[in-house]
Amino acid sequence: MFDTSIKLALTLSQIGAVMGVVLLTVAILTLLERKVLSWMQDRMGPMEVGPYGVLQPVADGLKLFFKEDIIPAGANKIMFSLAPILVLVPALIGFAVIPFGPNWTIDVMGVEFKPFVISDINIGVLYILAFASIGAYGVILGGWASNSKYSLLGGLRSAAQLISYELNVGLAIVGVLLLAGSLSLVEITEAQAGGFWNWFAFDPVPFPQFIAFVIFLIASVAETNRLPFDLPEAESELVAGFFTEYSGMRFAFFFMAEYANMILVSCMSTVLFFGGWHAPLPVLQAPGVFAWVTGIFWFTAKVYFFLFLFFWIRATLPRLRYDQLMRFGWKVLLPIALGNIVVTSLLAYIFPNG
Amino acid sequence: MATFVFLYFAAVIVMAASLVVVLRNPIYSALSLLVMFFHVAGLYVTLHAEFLAAIQIIVYAGAILVLYLFVVMLLNVKREEQFNQQGPVALFLGVVLLTEAVLLAVSRGFTVGTPEPGREGSAVGNTESIGEILYSTYLFPFEIASLILLVAMIGAVILSKKGIMESK
Repeated sequence: MFDTSIKLALTLSQIGAVMGVVLLTVAILTLLERKVLSWMQDRMGPMEVGPYGVLQPVADGLKLFFKEDIIPAGANKIMFSLAPILVLVPALIGFAVIPFGPNWTIDVMGVEFKPFVISDINIGVLYILAFASIGAYGVILGGWASNSKYSLLGGLRSAAQLISYELNVGLAIVGVLLLAGSLSLVEITEAQAGGFWNWFAFDPVPFPQFIAFVIFLIASVAETNRLPFDLPEAESELVAGFFTEYSGMRFAFFFMAEYANMILVSCMSTVLFFGGWHAPLPVLQAPGVFAWVTGIFWFTAKVYFFLFLFFWIRATLPRLRYDQLMRFGWKVLLPIALGNIVVTSLLAYIFPNG
Repeated sequence: MATFVFLYFAAVIVMAASLVVVLRNPIYSALSLLVMFFHVAGLYVTLHAEFLAAIQIIVYAGAILVLYLFVVMLLNVKREEQFNQQGPVALFLGVVLLTEAVLLAVSRGFTVGTPEPGREGSAVGNTESIGEILYSTYLFPFEIASLILLVAMIGAVILSKKGIMESK
């Protein structure tokens, strides 16, 4: 009983810490996105709240918190309230299996405890994919329950888009799974130890997964409904798509879920293709007890690089048309992903010790 | 503890499954089905079959049910439109199946065999075990199943291309 309570306390504090960092990052990202976009468009961005506009997320949060909560006439109240929760919870729950530091097991009063991953389950990748697919429900139901044409169209578009691109995410990962021989994110990270030439995106033998990484990146941009794949909420066509009718905290939930999803897919790119917490060169990794300091540093640096990539893509590319989106997903990405699996498995069979 | 967990999952599965057919709004039916899928996945987890649980959610909840919802929304079925007349047939079948279940339960003296849980924490995970058994013992049924899926796929392609072929 004593052991169980200690384990519970440790896990709960760990969940609290990870959720705190994720939500803080969401707040930072809302500012960072506007700043980065502004700099790319030769503007200043938000400058009013606090020095250089750094307190803008606080002001935004307060505004959304105190806004009136409107439920449109004719909307399905239960589904309308359920949808934002169904979007946010799957976005946050995936962080449970992300390893953000060395795979250590420490002993706290007789209880084994892994400080740098909440739960090392042997199907980590599938766990994230499973909950990512649940996120689609919130979007579809939110669009349907709003009793509005724009919302319904946005919801339907998103259903089609998420199903199409989920497939590409799954198939892009298969190559990595073949090389790592495991579905656990901890073991996938361990398989990439010792310098950037061992990261799955670059590892020359048996086959570098760089193509798979590009497919994964494109498909995950589509999965998170970001430009140039933001058709579910295309503002020039659908006002704001599936969350047109939402306001106040319910809107904030959708907003936070979008950013949390971005962080989650950035973490997944880092862990699956770019070595997780491992430093690019063995020299850059602190030895022994201090390995976790550099580990967390490199993990954070890589995740922020991918987040920056999201903003960069948004500032660069125009939105695709709906039929282009579908054709691209099914006729371009899918065959390349399948080809990558065939080549990777053949080469992994020929060079089993690569 | 294990029995308690099983009873919870079983009760919710039975309730949600009944709600799927009882509820009048098809959207609510689809959502009860979602709840049911999650609890079936929970049952798999209690049996240490985590791989099956994840696949259950990805395939059924993530893909198939989303397509159901998609179709229901496109058709926009109102709750008043009940065009099926299956009440009497369902009643007849239900009585037959219930009698069968009761007879079976009585003849076996209400004892239920518990399925053997997978090897917990063993070196070979259940993903590997499923892969091994699928490509050795059950290779033939596995290949047959994939052939059936291929036939279905070709059929769908032909159906959707029919108009285009004839117009040329």
